[in-house]
Amino acid sequence: MYEGALADLIEELGRLPGVGPKSAQRIAFHILSADAHDVDRLSDALKRVKQLVRVCEICYNVSEEERCRICRDGRRTDENICVVEESKDVIAVERTGEFRGRYHVLGGAINPLEGIGPDNLRIRELMTRLQAGETKELILATDPNTEGEATATYLALLVKPMGITVSRLASGLPVGGDLEYADEVTLGRAFEGRRVLD
Amino acid sequence: MRRRLFRDDAVVLRVQKLGEADHIVTMLARRGGRIRAVAKGVRRTTSKFGARLEPFGHIDLQMVEGRNLHIVSQVEGIDLYGRRIAEDYAAYTAASAIAETAERLTPIEGEATLRLFQLTLGAMRVLAERAYPSTLILDSYILRGMRDAGWAPVLIACAICGLKGDHRAFSIPAGGCVCRDCRPAGSAHPSPSALVLMRALADGDWKTATASENGVRKEASGLIAAHLQWHLERDLRSLSLVERN
Ligand SMILES: [Zn+2]
Ligand SMILES: [Zn+2]
Repeated sequence: MYEGALADLIEELGRLPGVGPKSAQRIAFHILSADAHDVDRLSDALKRVKQLVRVCEICYNVSEEERCRICRDGRRTDENICVVEESKDVIAVERTGEFRGRYHVLGGAINPLEGIGPDNLRIRELMTRLQAGETKELILATDPNTEGEATATYLALLVKPMGITVSRLASGLPVGGDLEYADEVTLGRAFEGRRVLD
Repeated sequence: MRRRLFRDDAVVLRVQKLGEADHIVTMLARRGGRIRAVAKGVRRTTSKFGARLEPFGHIDLQMVEGRNLHIVSQVEGIDLYGRRIAEDYAAYTAASAIAETAERLTPIEGEATLRLFQLTLGAMRVLAERAYPSTLILDSYILRGMRDAGWAPVLIACAICGLKGDHRAFSIPAGGCVCRDCRPAGSAHPSPSALVLMRALADGDWKTATASENGVRKEASGLIAAHLQWHLERDLRSLSLVERN
């Protein structure tokens, strides 16, 4: 067994998603043998990301300023809001080049088995945004799996009485997959072919 | 050592992310009881498996046996209820509570529970078909699932002395209805209609159950949930999130 600083590093790395004990050990030894400047840059980057990055006060996308780049962009329309589960899904939709509206990042999907209900997501914040009255269409781009579908069902129920068009990405996205893994062509097509929920 | 390949059919209870692209799938299998298996690569959009391994579906699968986790090698959908259930929010929350109840009623992995498997499969089917209001399906499931675990509330006799009859008081610690003489301090006095509904739900008498009023359903749900949680060490997380309107 390792001890001291090396053991601590292996333990910390092992907590990262997708890093098993063997990989943690390999990365730790890589860091140990790396150039001191490279390691400084890495540790700086780790510290800066926690200091500088927060969430946008409007859409909850990651941002280094109070409002993210998309919410600050005056050429984009407030008439369409695309609802996604996570910030990485914003990147996925942006890659398609199909969308010129704004986003709303929920922070996950409704999953009662994991104790996540509507109150644990940024749904109340979405309702507040919609009450401002600028929005004509809400596009539900939650993941194409059971939790994502149920979250879309819940939101549609809540939003349709407000007279806002609610649409869901077209099928063609493989069920059970993560939105972030959809290639931009498939996701772009799903966006174009989105269907209005009634 | 060569790992054994085996086949079973199962209801998917829970799907959790593992690493970059995998899922851990918890299922209740016809022969194998509650089992967990890794499905590799299912979150990549090129995977054909993903759609079949979604929560609440009935699947036929082939697995490679593992010590803790099996590995899914093939899977076919028999009835993929997940999508239809997700289109009805109340059904989705009820299905989640049914799945969590199934997990909690099977504390030992790999122990066969054919009756609970059939009960769980039947509950998912009627939820997907919208055959009855979803909260009634959930409550009937809990009552019948508890019967197999030996925890069913006594509804047609006194839980303490065994005297037959439609007793009015209900005591969770005593295990169900209690007669006038045995009734412990702090017993509940539910409305007679709530007890009629509970008896109907335990027997699968849907005609009586669906004729009940909303207030009565809520009363029965409260007693059933309290009775279940009393027997479990931890609360069910999904129960408080069940949509009851
Ligand atoms: Zn923003
Ligand atoms: Zn008695």
